[in-house]
Amino acid sequence: MSETPESKTVALFVTCLVDINRPSVAFAAIKLLEQAGCTIVVPDTQTCCGQPAYNSGDKKSTKAIAAAVIEAFKGFQYVVAPSGSCAGMISKHYPELFADDPTMLVAAEELAGRTYELVAFLSDVLNHQPAATALDASLTYHDSCSSLREMKVRDQPRALLASVDGLEIREAEDREACCGFGGTFCIKYSEISGSMVDKKVDNIAATKADILAAGDLGCLMNIAGRLQRRDEDMKVLHVAEVLAGMTDVPGLGEGER
Amino acid sequence: MQVTSRHFKDGAHEALQDKDIQTAFSKVKTGFSVARAARVEELPEFEDLRDTAVDIKNHVIENLDYYLEYFEDQVLLQGGKVHWCNSYAEARDAVLKICRDADAKTVTKGKSMITEEMALNDFLSENNIEPIETDLGEYIIQLAHEYPSHIIAPALHKTKEQVSDLFHVKHQEYGLTERQTDPQALVNEARSVLREKYVAADVGITGANFLIAETGSTVIVTNEGNGDLTQSLPKTHIAVASIEKIVPTLEDASTLMRLLARSATGQEMSVYTTFSTGPKRKDDIDGPANFHVILLDSGRSELIGTDKQDLLRCLKCGACMNHCPVYQAVGGHSYGWVYPGPIGAALNPQMVGLEEARHLPNASTFCGRCEEVCPVRIPLPKIMRHWREKSFETQVTPKPERWGIGLWAFFAKRPALYRLVTRCGAMALRLLAGKKGRLKSLPMMKGWTSVRDLPAPQGKTFMDQWKQQKRGNS
Ligand code: SF4
Repeated sequence: MSETPESKTVALFVTCLVDINRPSVAFAAIKLLEQAGCTIVVPDTQTCCGQPAYNSGDKKSTKAIAAAVIEAFKGFQYVVAPSGSCAGMISKHYPELFADDPTMLVAAEELAGRTYELVAFLSDVLNHQPAATALDASLTYHDSCSSLREMKVRDQPRALLASVDGLEIREAEDREACCGFGGTFCIKYSEISGSMVDKKVDNIAATKADILAAGDLGCLMNIAGRLQRRDEDMKVLHVAEVLAGMTDVPGLGEGER
Repeated sequence: MQVTSRHFKDGAHEALQDKDIQTAFSKVKTGFSVARAARVEELPEFEDLRDTAVDIKNHVIENLDYYLEYFEDQVLLQGGKVHWCNSYAEARDAVLKICRDADAKTVTKGKSMITEEMALNDFLSENNIEPIETDLGEYIIQLAHEYPSHIIAPALHKTKEQVSDLFHVKHQEYGLTERQTDPQALVNEARSVLREKYVAADVGITGANFLIAETGSTVIVTNEGNGDLTQSLPKTHIAVASIEKIVPTLEDASTLMRLLARSATGQEMSVYTTFSTGPKRKDDIDGPANFHVILLDSGRSELIGTDKQDLLRCLKCGACMNHCPVYQAVGGHSYGWVYPGPIGAALNPQMVGLEEARHLPNASTFCGRCEEVCPVRIPLPKIMRHWREKSFETQVTPKPERWGIGLWAFFAKRPALYRLVTRCGAMALRLLAGKKGRLKSLPMMKGWTSVRDLPAPQGKTFMDQWKQQKRGNS
């Protein structure tokens, strides 16, 4: 891969949910990164970061998947994911997984050191302000747990969103509470998950914002699904879509208009 | 205590249906968590204090035998006795023997989680000794024949109306026939009943928040002062504590205390902090004539040197449960043993067996808030994950779940095949959803669609679109 001094090569970790459910998030991420002068590569041997297996206690499968990810993303200057949870998996948990395997540990730590959540990468590494977009709307931002606690993403998305002309940000109450997604948790303990997402939706709906945005598709699908089950009128978008000015795509779970 | 963790899902279901419980637990957030945040805000050195606390606790755990023996020597010097017990049964017998020696008919008790572990109340009752809980919350649940739903606020799940009804029925025998509804009047009523009990008790049993090696003292913190009366009025005081409660010095205890109340209830300090150092001396006006410490191991020492050792740092402050969204939804009883919430999810499998407690470490989203607030930085999610891995390895995890993950992993490891499957899956869901953009029900995804719609995929997977675009470009 050729690289001019000023251009940074970014390998995009698409994440399985974005790949399957909402490709527009990956396109938004690419648009943002390219605007910031990055060259994008999408390694085609990637599938998933391994969280479903990891969170179910299947360490052996997780290690095999993690090894494949480490291999697929070898040699790139930066690895960026439009998800705090997948970025957190790679940068916080891969090294833990290989704690007792010195060779793999080196590789895991090395990958961890150059893996970022998208918004944090735009702000902290590139110091990039997205091209002046304008959006006459109000928005509430949901902090996903992994972004917030594992990747320390909290002020960055708010700062970038604040730069969107005309966009008003409304903070929801108890914004740091989990939405109840938790990967397979939401299916295995659906009743508890239902109660958690209901509280989340109460607080989000109370902001009466036009848009709900977050940086993780898992949370977004969960919250959107509950908002829609309750017939709440709010458009649900990934923060990358908002920042890239791609707000006219149908929101998550939204039908044809 | 009887273990019912196996029925976690049923317990959770009941709690979720119970309006009173839901109201009670939704207040945990506004009560404890908000107060904690305020106290932490006031103390710039809070984070440093946490680090110091971790160091103190780790140092003790690594030198546990040394400090325990040191502690015992000091207790003996002060004229007290130490009873080393490995199991609950040994500890119960030791307590019973002391009570028998004191010819005890009734014992008053300060709040103690360890005696909940030991199921001491039932045991004493069976042996014709009447135990009376003196902590207001514990007293309420003792009257109601229930058990604690929170380690700091044991009767958190009860509404004021329920307490009012309970007292009205149970206090008739003391001639208190008027039904009180005002909280202060209810407290006063309990107080008047308990006052008689304090005076009549032959033995007082307390737990201990700390054992101080340097002085041979036991320490309890309370907000009601009931601990003081429990341990100083009767002739005999028994302090029951698990071995990891030890700290080297008074100074260390005070460091930990600064964290404890702030984390637990958002107070700067608990209202009462009581140190007991040996029995009453010659010139003392009051205090017990006999002072006993029951040192209980009950599997704790097995944790040392394992990757769950961090659990031994726990101060039992309850902050993790106060900030846990799962605990707030399902309440304490669902966890089915003494410790609910994240600490229960991490500790109970060790104490009651993984088979029994398998749900607890699984019923978490790993949101990480518990670890964020734990004053002694116990990596609770990591320990829960450890149990999940153990469940998977030892096939405690149910077969369908293991097979499901296995099947998914099979595809995730084979990119070409994975693409094919995801391509078909995405298109199928898109078609099923039609113009609505979401699915209201999907038989294979009942867990999801029972509570929320499923946003349908946009259509082609990103990988497919990207490949096409690349091809188009070149
Ligand atoms: S695990 Fe930490 S937060 Fe939970 S009770 Fe123990 S000390 Fe408190």
